[in-house]
Amino acid sequence: MSDETLLTDDFLRQITAAGEVDILVGVPTLNNHDTIARVISAIRIGFVKYFPRERAALINVDGGSTDGTQEIVTGTAAPDFRTFLASSPLRTMHTLTTSYGAIQGKGGALHVILAAAELLRAKVCAIVSPDLESLTPEWIETLTRPIYREGFDLLAPIYQRHRFDGLLVSHILSPLVATAYGSEIDEPLGGELAFSGRLASFLLSQDAWQQEFVRSVPEIWMVTTALVSGYRACQAFLGPRVQSEKSGGHALADTIQQVVGALFSCLEAHQSYWMTHEGVQAVPAFGFQYDLDLPPIRVNRKRMLSTFLKGVAELATILKPSLSPPTLQQIREIAKLDGESSYYPDELWVRTVYEFAGAFHRSVINRDHLLQALTPLYLGRINSFLSENHRSSTTGARDRIKKLRSQFEASKPYLAERWNTQM
Amino acid sequence: MGNFIAQNLIQTMQAFLQMVARYLPRLLAMVIFIVVGWVVAWLVKISLRWVLSWVKFNSLFVRGGVTRVLTHAALPTPAEMIARLAFWVLWIAFILMGLGALQIPALQQEISGLFGILPQIIVAVIILFAGVLIANFVSRAALLASINANSPSPRLISALVRFIIIALAVTMALERIGLGRGVVLVAFTTFFGAFMLGLALAFGLGGRDLARQLLERRFLQEKKEEDDEGISHL
Repeated sequence: MSDETLLTDDFLRQITAAGEVDILVGVPTLNNHDTIARVISAIRIGFVKYFPRERAALINVDGGSTDGTQEIVTGTAAPDFRTFLASSPLRTMHTLTTSYGAIQGKGGALHVILAAAELLRAKVCAIVSPDLESLTPEWIETLTRPIYREGFDLLAPIYQRHRFDGLLVSHILSPLVATAYGSEIDEPLGGELAFSGRLASFLLSQDAWQQEFVRSVPEIWMVTTALVSGYRACQAFLGPRVQSEKSGGHALADTIQQVVGALFSCLEAHQSYWMTHEGVQAVPAFGFQYDLDLPPIRVNRKRMLSTFLKGVAELATILKPSLSPPTLQQIREIAKLDGESSYYPDELWVRTVYEFAGAFHRSVINRDHLLQALTPLYLGRINSFLSENHRSSTTGARDRIKKLRSQFEASKPYLAERWNTQM
Repeated sequence: MGNFIAQNLIQTMQAFLQMVARYLPRLLAMVIFIVVGWVVAWLVKISLRWVLSWVKFNSLFVRGGVTRVLTHAALPTPAEMIARLAFWVLWIAFILMGLGALQIPALQQEISGLFGILPQIIVAVIILFAGVLIANFVSRAALLASINANSPSPRLISALVRFIIIALAVTMALERIGLGRGVVLVAFTTFFGAFMLGLALAFGLGGRDLARQLLERRFLQEKKEEDDEGISHL
């Protein structure tokens, strides 16, 4: 889609008035009344504190909020920086606002932000979630400096997480991205990302923006496309990520359908790359990373186990064409065991994920149904992980995740085999 | 008087035997048609299956998306569908020929009437096929949603959804053929209404305590369980 049709006349006028910028931060919003003022202030303070000599712009792309989010963005006056910094900004900070059709999904919003970055000739373009309660001005510096000063093209975040948080990321997304794309990115679906100007232009020139998986979960496609195309990637430690409680989100099955579906679709799009690419490289990480043993959180393992057992018992018509007979047999044997003694081992979990990826590629059944059928198995695996690590420290749990990642990497030939299997 | 009765009995017996003698060969012919028809149809099905598999018939439909539609709806492959269709078409043709061999005028009239509404029958079959496709797809979605929501009876929910959609498709198909137009509609409406009322009564009266427990579990305990879910998967 050309920029002329993507961007409204009013937004183009705002871009023309702003001229060129060095650093751009985009905030896609949709009904974020409670948090947006704080996010906007943190970004502005970050600009002044860390980039006082650079030309900076903040872009809000709104999906049609009905709670006055966009009015807050336009109405939030610049804070009195002297109270924070004992100084004032040297350059004008621009705040640009526009809207996108909510039907376009988050991908539509990021598409607009990248188009604006290209027109503004931004050297760095960062994306920040609008529902963050933990965003500080330091995040803006951490997100943008490695690209602005060190010449990287892509920056993915590293968050400080509770050892049981982000298990879908640690059990599927991160190890599969590392295995297939050869780069150890901890958070390929991080809500905060940053791109160099040239990477933004490259992504903008791709034809994938209208595809469903890019519209719904654009981050995975952006990260994997950058890796495939040889752009320099790095990571930065941002600290704990606390979101507004209101952004509670979707049911787990829907999340798995969207997120894992997006990753499998990326594997299809980049098939020629990962089939021939070998080895995994560590990705440089910036920032001072520290561990904190956060207080225990309550987890309903009984419910997880019950969903797993029901799924194995009732979903034979989906699991049979999707999984190989030995894998299915092993899962059934686990399900037969008593709750506490049933353990879903790493090797079986990796085989399950790879066989689902192959089944997705071959469309053995409706893809949405296939991905939803992964949910009970995922809960079975997570139940085992929680049981195994309930007394572990953060470091101990992280070591287990590293072991799982190694299993993913070691079994990569099996992924290629299942991918190419003709049923 | 005795002679008269005996004569009548003999005449009736003779008439019956004549009728049996006249219809028995026809009846035998019908049975032979049906049995031979089944054997022929079965042989054709097996042969078609083998030939279509040998020429990799299914692969022709992969690109067009037909295989995908069928597999998504948990239906057999195109080759298997064709083999099964050939079986049923052939066997029904033999059955009709067998019925024709009985040479009963009223039956022959009905059979020719059946051929007269052949276009409607084809449309009805298409409606049924679409109904089965939709029923399989939606019932599988219901099964997945129930399991992922940890509902107590996922299979029952899925089967109910499937049954309702197929019942609706059958009603529409019969309506299309014009078979007991009003009766089918009224029967479906009555059956559906009675079924739902029965469910409501059974749940509300018969299982009053169970209903209370389920509702409490649904709205109180599950709320508590959800509150207990402290991890974020993403």
